[in-house]
Amino acid sequence: MYDPTVARLTYRALLGRRRALILGALPLLLIVISLAVRALAGADDQTAADVLGGLALATMVPIIGVIAGTGAIGPEIDDGSVVYLLSKPIKRPTIIYTKLIVAIAVTMVFSAVPTLIAGFILNGNGQQVAVAYTVAALVASIAYAALFLLLGTVSRHAVVFGLVYALIWEALFGSLVPGARTLSVQQWSLAVAEKVAGGELVTSDVGLTTATVALAAVTVLATWYAGQKLRTLTLAGEE
Amino acid sequence: MAAEQSLQAPATPSGDTRIHNIGYRSYDGPRLGRSYARMSLYSQSLRGAYGLGRSAKSKVLPMLLFVVMCVPAAIMVAVAVATKAKELPLDYTRYAIVMQAVISLYVASQAPQSVSRDLRFKTVPLYFSRPIETGDYVRAKYAALASALFVLTAAPLLVLYVGALLAELDFTDQTKGFAQGLVSVALLSLLFAGIGLVIASVTPRRGFGIAAVIAVLTISYGAVSTLQAIADVQGSGDAGILIGLFSPTTLIDGVQSAYLGASSSFPGGVGPDRTEGILFVLVTLGLIAGSHALLMRRYKKVGL
Repeated sequence: MYDPTVARLTYRALLGRRRALILGALPLLLIVISLAVRALAGADDQTAADVLGGLALATMVPIIGVIAGTGAIGPEIDDGSVVYLLSKPIKRPTIIYTKLIVAIAVTMVFSAVPTLIAGFILNGNGQQVAVAYTVAALVASIAYAALFLLLGTVSRHAVVFGLVYALIWEALFGSLVPGARTLSVQQWSLAVAEKVAGGELVTSDVGLTTATVALAAVTVLATWYAGQKLRTLTLAGEE
Repeated sequence: MAAEQSLQAPATPSGDTRIHNIGYRSYDGPRLGRSYARMSLYSQSLRGAYGLGRSAKSKVLPMLLFVVMCVPAAIMVAVAVATKAKELPLDYTRYAIVMQAVISLYVASQAPQSVSRDLRFKTVPLYFSRPIETGDYVRAKYAALASALFVLTAAPLLVLYVGALLAELDFTDQTKGFAQGLVSVALLSLLFAGIGLVIASVTPRRGFGIAAVIAVLTISYGAVSTLQAIADVQGSGDAGILIGLFSPTTLIDGVQSAYLGASSSFPGGVGPDRTEGILFVLVTLGLIAGSHALLMRRYKKVGL
């Protein structure tokens, strides 16, 4: 199910040249901001939870997920070089599965690790805030990577639709319409984080069971459908 | 073999070549010149920013975002009319700030489509083989995206204004608010278009450009709001106001709360006063001029 050559090529496509710069700049910014906040406000659990929840989990993880998830397959389909990969005797679901593993790994490294570091800078993991948000970022990485990888195979405008989902649906509608929160990867991962932290600082609108089932379902279904989609991929020219 | 031989030995012996006159004529009609080419590039880019003249698929997103921008305004008008309110639920100047996520998405999706594809398909040298020059290309693209953004941000204000007049709210009040709102969204359009184009012109990859633009706009706004909220809690309000200089949205917010009578969305509702406002205006104008200069530098080399 896992093909090392495909994985190596995907890593190169994701981390080669400028792409690695933007992937690296976001976590760096988070850490710089945490340092600034620590200097301004001192160690405070509520502040730490606000920064990690508002900046790391709500903005940084989805954006990194979009870049890694769609970047794992989107550009190849876009410039047509995916035919060379598809013409090799490798099963299409295997290609998707391998790319998913790579996308998850990249998202985790660039979002969960900085979240943990930022959490420790902000309040030294008081009330388990840092660990809770790191777990949330890890869980969210899996779902986001699968979701955005699927988008990459379905649409040529995957990045935009991924961002529309992450920023408009989760951030804007999520804060206005309570119902939108039950259909949000962010809230599902927060439900897991709530279990880890066990305090009042990390809360989610979704129950743990619902969240786990939803996360697993989204990941599995998205991966399966992406595999199916790749089996019947038609290559289109530029618009 | 026969074909090869005929290639090596041309049918006509040398000395017997002649050029046939097949009736080519030189063009002696009117030349429309540089300004016309610039206008065409501008209008094509502006139409392209809403997907006009492109495939149905590429119309979906800009039109969708345009509708998303206008619908809340229509709802507000409906509410104001139904409840016979004395004023609109949201100020003209606040509207763009509240909807900044939609505006950012629009810039992120349309800036790369405007310039990245020219780079990717190497059409830029073709443009420069026409009478237009670097400055024309940059200004046409910049003006087109800024105009598209202005349409996007001013349309809901127009909906609000017309609705407010229909609801028979105070005419002078509403006109003043509308005018202030227009000035503020004009500044916002110039600023966002400049930042978007500078980032998008660096990469020929559309998807990557989109992610980079959105990252710069959203993350900077998220970071600045977080820091401002914390500075406000700590009671260092002045530091909080100056932090607002570091993100485009808060920059516009600062300018309009200092000079355009807007209520600030800075935490605590305290925006910069008139003296601090000068700093905000200077940074905004500096960023607009700077992005224009960067674009000029980017396109100096035609080979790219």
